[in-house]
Amino acid sequence: MALLSVEGLRTQFATGAGTVRAVDGVSFAIERGEVLGLVGESGCGKSVTSLSIMRLVPPPGQIVAGRIRLEGEDLLDKDAEAMRRVRGARIAMVFQEPMTSLNPVFTIGDQIAAAVLAHEGGRRRAAWDRAVEMLDQVQVPSPGERARDYPHQLSGGLRQRAMIALALAPGPQLLIADEPTTALDVTIQAQILDLLRRLQAERGMAARIFEEPLHPYTRGLLRCLPHPSRFGQPLSSIEGAPPDLRGADAGCPFAPRCPLAIESCRRHEPALAERRPGHFVACPVAVV
Amino acid sequence: MAPLVEVQGLEKRFSVGGAWLRGRRRVIHAVDGVSFAIEPGEVLGLVGESGCGKTTTGRLILRLIEPSAGRIRFEGHDLMALSPPRLWATRQRMQIVFQDPFASLNPRMRVGSIIAEPLAIYERAGATERRRQVSELLDVVGLDPAFAERYPHELSGGQRQRIGIAAALALRPSLIVADEPVSALDVSVQAQVLNLLMDLRRRFGLTYLFISHDLHVVLHMSDRVAVMYLGEIVEIGPRDALYRAPRHPYTQVLLSAAPVADPKLRRERIVPKGEVASPLAVPSGCRFHPRCPLVFDRCRVERPLLRTVGGGHEAACHLNEAPALLTGA
Repeated sequence: MALLSVEGLRTQFATGAGTVRAVDGVSFAIERGEVLGLVGESGCGKSVTSLSIMRLVPPPGQIVAGRIRLEGEDLLDKDAEAMRRVRGARIAMVFQEPMTSLNPVFTIGDQIAAAVLAHEGGRRRAAWDRAVEMLDQVQVPSPGERARDYPHQLSGGLRQRAMIALALAPGPQLLIADEPTTALDVTIQAQILDLLRRLQAERGMAARIFEEPLHPYTRGLLRCLPHPSRFGQPLSSIEGAPPDLRGADAGCPFAPRCPLAIESCRRHEPALAERRPGHFVACPVAVV
Repeated sequence: MAPLVEVQGLEKRFSVGGAWLRGRRRVIHAVDGVSFAIEPGEVLGLVGESGCGKTTTGRLILRLIEPSAGRIRFEGHDLMALSPPRLWATRQRMQIVFQDPFASLNPRMRVGSIIAEPLAIYERAGATERRRQVSELLDVVGLDPAFAERYPHELSGGQRQRIGIAAALALRPSLIVADEPVSALDVSVQAQVLNLLMDLRRRFGLTYLFISHDLHVVLHMSDRVAVMYLGEIVEIGPRDALYRAPRHPYTQVLLSAAPVADPKLRRERIVPKGEVASPLAVPSGCRFHPRCPLVFDRCRVERPLLRTVGGGHEAACHLNEAPALLTGA
């Protein structure tokens, strides 16, 4: 059984200007020890997907359809108290800007210890020791001293490490990292990515990397990026803008911007189909 | 041909701290002895992490902030020696494009007035002629002339950045300082704006100082690249030489740390130790030594100077005296 399976998730925001379909029928599964990457441009629904899994979608947002199963239990059936016991303890989240998710008036050691106490109980002293141990695990130098620091006393990189320690302290099964390195410098980014990869490798399972993207949107995104073999040459870009999420157009949402779109793309929304082993693509014309 | 821009020994010190009745004022060397030249029509890229002094360098060149020391020559004039009226006149030829098009456009002005403002300030044209030039500039940056009637909040990030570029072009400058012009944009829009900047360069013979934290974007855009670390240029050279054979460990680290979205192109990863030192407590010797994977004793005491390591390629690392150690060959 997959650790997490999401089926037909739909999350919508009712606004004065119409209903925004932020997540519109998303399905995927994550196995134990696996890393699933979620990529897309701003406004594509990445963060709303993560918030839906945590059931933390802010109003007026609402999950209107779908199933979110953690080890087979449907999270959408849980009451608020049961869901509170899932968050943090079984699914944890790391955000882009740790300054907004850490409490500025408590030391980071106190915050990690509080998370340990809330989820596992035990003695305060033991929880503090556990906090220092967690900071050591995420490679914070002098963890005993840093535990007594307030978030503003730490650099961006150390703050993100503290945030990861806080997220991992209760021993969650699933860690959702929402743009965890976007606010960091590239060398610090490399350190945090290495750390996340190391923490994941300890539980072990190789990430599957697609050597070749198949969907025209994926290919388009990759061609937008500067590449050493094409420095100085014009970049390809994806023409047009992402669709208005309030629209109710039939067909593939990428069709208006797609260079390969055919008539049927505008009429029927393509379903995800396994075009290569383990590689699913929602495009009937993708070159395989 | 004489360089369009020539900078020598540029320095900027900011003093910080010194709270009321207590505390001590301390000095930050944001830019500490930077020298380079940009030829007419050339793109010089400036890359480095936050706080390395790249944005300050860009603003110093335009004298948007005053240097603490150093010389800046632009089109043959010593910018530090120009009288205020001459400086005012010279500034038409040097413009800047900012990172955040959400913050740099006046929300109360229509797009047409934003683009026409430089023309009005320099009394380049009457109202009718200004309107005609605004339409032309909108067309040049790939927008419909009808955009002149809109307000910035009605536009997407990419459209706003095009407006910023149109306003920078209005006075027909020779130099544009582009300070992180695509950092706030999604990759598909980023590609469009980069293509536009390349196209404008060819069309109008522009010279760019292209500043970004994104090494691949800088490599893509530039003829030559300068790498900054804690207020200093640690390596400068032609794009291909710097990419293929970087001669400073920091450049090597940046290249290995910057992810390339291509699984077939894997560099050996060198992850640097620790974090960038505070500019308030600059390390002795080589400023990069506490993080350098190749550090040895001399680096802790002796500051390496930029030395030529190849055609137009300079690096500030002691190991270039024995390059085999640097390249691991």
